[in-house]
Amino acid sequence: MADLRPSRSRFCPRLTAAFLCVFLLVFLHCASASRDAVSGGNDTGIRPVRSTQEDPHDHHGNSTEHKKAFPVLAFNFEHVRKPFEISMWILLALLMKLGFHIIPRISHVVPESCLLIVVGLLVGGTIKAVEGTNAPVLDSKLFFLYLLPPIILDAGYFLPIRPFTENLGTILVFAVLGTLWNVFFIGGTMFAVCQIEGAGLGDVNLLSCLLFGSIISAVDPVAVLAVFEEIHINELLHILVFGESLLNDAVTVVLYHLFQEFSREGSVSVGDALLGVVCFFVVSLGGILVGFIYGILGAFTSRFTSHTRVIEPLFVFIYSYMAYLSAEVFHLSGIMSLIACGVIMRPYVEANISHKSYTTVKYFLKMWSSVSETLIFIFLGVSTVAGPHVWNWTFVVFTVFLCLVSRVLGVIGLTSIINKFRIVKLTKKDQFIVAYGGLRGAIAFSLGFLLTDSKMKHMFLTAIITVIFFTVFVQGMTIRPLVELLAVKRKKESKGSINEEIHTQFLDHLLTGIEDVCGHYGHHHWKDKLNRFNKKYVKKWLIAGERSTEPQLISFYNKMELKQAMMLVEGGSSAKLPTVMSSVSMQNIQPREPPRRRAMPNISKSREEEIRKILRANLQNTRQRLRSYSRHDLMIDPFEDNVSEVRLRKQRVEMGRRVTLMSFHLCLPEHQVFTYDDTESPRSAEMKPGSAAVQLLNESPQRSDQSDAEPNAKQDDQEEQLKLSRCLSDPGPNQDQLEQGSLVS
Amino acid sequence: MGAKQTRAEKYQDLMDKTGFSPEQIKNLHTRFQQLSDNEETISREDLEKIPALANNPIRKQIIEAFFDKRNQHQNEVGAFQEIGFEQFLMVMSHFRPPTLKTTEEEKEAMRKEKLRFLFNMHDTDNDGTITLEEYRKVVEELLKKSGAIGLEAAKAIADAAMLEVASTNVPHMAPEDFYEGITFEHFEQILKGLEMESRMHIRFLDVDTTTMRCGKSKS
Repeated sequence: MADLRPSRSRFCPRLTAAFLCVFLLVFLHCASASRDAVSGGNDTGIRPVRSTQEDPHDHHGNSTEHKKAFPVLAFNFEHVRKPFEISMWILLALLMKLGFHIIPRISHVVPESCLLIVVGLLVGGTIKAVEGTNAPVLDSKLFFLYLLPPIILDAGYFLPIRPFTENLGTILVFAVLGTLWNVFFIGGTMFAVCQIEGAGLGDVNLLSCLLFGSIISAVDPVAVLAVFEEIHINELLHILVFGESLLNDAVTVVLYHLFQEFSREGSVSVGDALLGVVCFFVVSLGGILVGFIYGILGAFTSRFTSHTRVIEPLFVFIYSYMAYLSAEVFHLSGIMSLIACGVIMRPYVEANISHKSYTTVKYFLKMWSSVSETLIFIFLGVSTVAGPHVWNWTFVVFTVFLCLVSRVLGVIGLTSIINKFRIVKLTKKDQFIVAYGGLRGAIAFSLGFLLTDSKMKHMFLTAIITVIFFTVFVQGMTIRPLVELLAVKRKKESKGSINEEIHTQFLDHLLTGIEDVCGHYGHHHWKDKLNRFNKKYVKKWLIAGERSTEPQLISFYNKMELKQAMMLVEGGSSAKLPTVMSSVSMQNIQPREPPRRRAMPNISKSREEEIRKILRANLQNTRQRLRSYSRHDLMIDPFEDNVSEVRLRKQRVEMGRRVTLMSFHLCLPEHQVFTYDDTESPRSAEMKPGSAAVQLLNESPQRSDQSDAEPNAKQDDQEEQLKLSRCLSDPGPNQDQLEQGSLVS
Repeated sequence: MGAKQTRAEKYQDLMDKTGFSPEQIKNLHTRFQQLSDNEETISREDLEKIPALANNPIRKQIIEAFFDKRNQHQNEVGAFQEIGFEQFLMVMSHFRPPTLKTTEEEKEAMRKEKLRFLFNMHDTDNDGTITLEEYRKVVEELLKKSGAIGLEAAKAIADAAMLEVASTNVPHMAPEDFYEGITFEHFEQILKGLEMESRMHIRFLDVDTTTMRCGKSKS
């Protein structure tokens, strides 16, 4: 409770600042819009040119005609109008996002998407009140070409592959059959409703109803992402709903174009319907093929980028965007193309690009998708206020009702079929969440917006907006308490355990083997075949250098070590590796030798403590040294041509391992080939010959073989000294080795 | 007539012991006959002859698992030289999936059984713990296709994994204590997150003779 009070006094000025910003933005919008209205006409393309042409003329005119005072300050807004407005909108979106997280209470109850729509409503209302009718609307072109791709790419690039492929059958059934069921059920029933006397809907024919059905039935990935991300539901349910929302794009695209064509024609024949089915396959498979091609291209390109690290992230983005646009050219499913591109590209690109490029890709994707999502919801709110509405009670109420009913029926019906083929069956709780998570969003709105202008279009739009509002507000807000009420399994915290990784791989091989013993060509058999094909041929082509032969377990392990090392280095002295809250060290698990004389029989406990304290203090210095060293490293990295990224990575891993081990081992058993050099220890003078014995687990196997051999050799003559100095030595990296590791310039 | 009856009885007996359905037992029996060249028992050589297994890095462990007495649930240790159909089925029963009707306790028991199977595969010397050497061997086998780099990394990975098991299960060890090896309880603990009962299974539903040698069976 005490925490709330200071935050409250803090948030008031921030909140007012936020509101001031909002009003400033709105005011500027209105000012620019009114300037536009005054000038009469809205072709801003010509305007800036004219105004820039005016200025020099004025200037000339001034100097020749009469001596007017030189204009020190001039106001020329038209010049920067368009980029200015875009930036203002983005700034508004970001400030809103910021604001919501400062007010903790509301954001806990209401999902962010709802808040953003409300903000959009406010902004739209303000603009309309000040302006009249010139409020901006969510332009379909803007939405489909600029706002949607980042979100889909983010989703596709970071799609968790394993659960997705394991549940692909279920996801496809929901996406294709579920959407088809929704379309025809809603369309058909709405037509029946329209026949009711007194509803004033007599002019809506069957095809228009079906068209409306095809717009409204698709589950929207943006809305699902926005809501499901906050409730942290378990992986299976998340991937089911989310995967469905991504894959139903193909169905939506086909049906939308189909019914649009038909309603223009006015009639439909059986041949047309068959063509529609063919079209579906062409659209979906074609989209995937396009994405596949661009993905391979992207992976191939990334193989050669080792000398120009700075532009690596751009390749990922541009190839993906091109995949989307190319698919859209042929009216194929752009979403599926984008997802296929991201999924194909990712494993190879990640093996090729540098660590910093990887971070860049990750953060840019997250940033763009976040901004896009925010903008979409705000525009949705604004467009609600702007658009001409035709409210028809019957139509709207029935639409909302039917959407819910058809979703529930569809999920229950399909699950009963699916469960016959699934191993891990979907329980009633799962079905409920899947049904409840069928949110509609901006895609439906934009598709509706693309219809030709008519009274029917406005009625449709009103109904669509109502459904969107209903699903986002009501379902979005209540899903979190429902999840808690039903005690649905939540997402388990994955710590990246090396044991789990080992056993996942082990299990894969085991199950493949058992399938082979059974003579059964099941999933594992084909997956194994694909993996082997991948390893043998594809990786050689698409991954540069020695990474192409690196098995997955090793890359996982390296990644983990790197992460731990970076955490330790960046965190400084106060960092604690999360996994090790224990005092277990390597020594505890090494096989114990037959008991020999202890190296330090005379040192008492307190003295040991003292020694350890001294060593720890030295360790701090070491860490600081390391930190400055690694900063130097990182700076050189993108610009140095001669740097072998692999070597650098390994170096860093070694460094990390050293630091890791340093913190926990102060005393070592003999046979451990270990990672630090004794040259800085107090007894280093005597130790020189033996220091070679204790070498890094080095990059080349030969060196470690040598070092393996050496301790055994030296054991006999310098056993005791070795033990003693190892126990006492300050594990500092050798100066020489540091410089050797530093980069050749 | 008489032969059929005893077969039905035999199947009933096997059904009770392993939980398979009659069709599944029949299919597996056909496969068993194939593998054993119509004899009563199969030996290690018979299993090694399977061509698809040749590419599997843990082939030896898998074949050993079939002949391991511990997997027969009869509290014996050691290894068979040859196994009959009943033993074959017992080993296969470890890979059955849970159904909608499986209760929570049954799922728990299933998970334990599957984890026990895995544990037995790792613990080759039957002493009830997986020592560092044994674990190293496991990782080496997984990485053995990768040459020398694989062997070096295998040691490091196995060490790191062992460290992880030790630190999760026995958080506070004095510097002189020695962690003997991974016991079954620790093994369970460390693999809790993987939900074995849902992952360690294969689809027995459509194993039938026509699809055995060639082609993909629908599942």
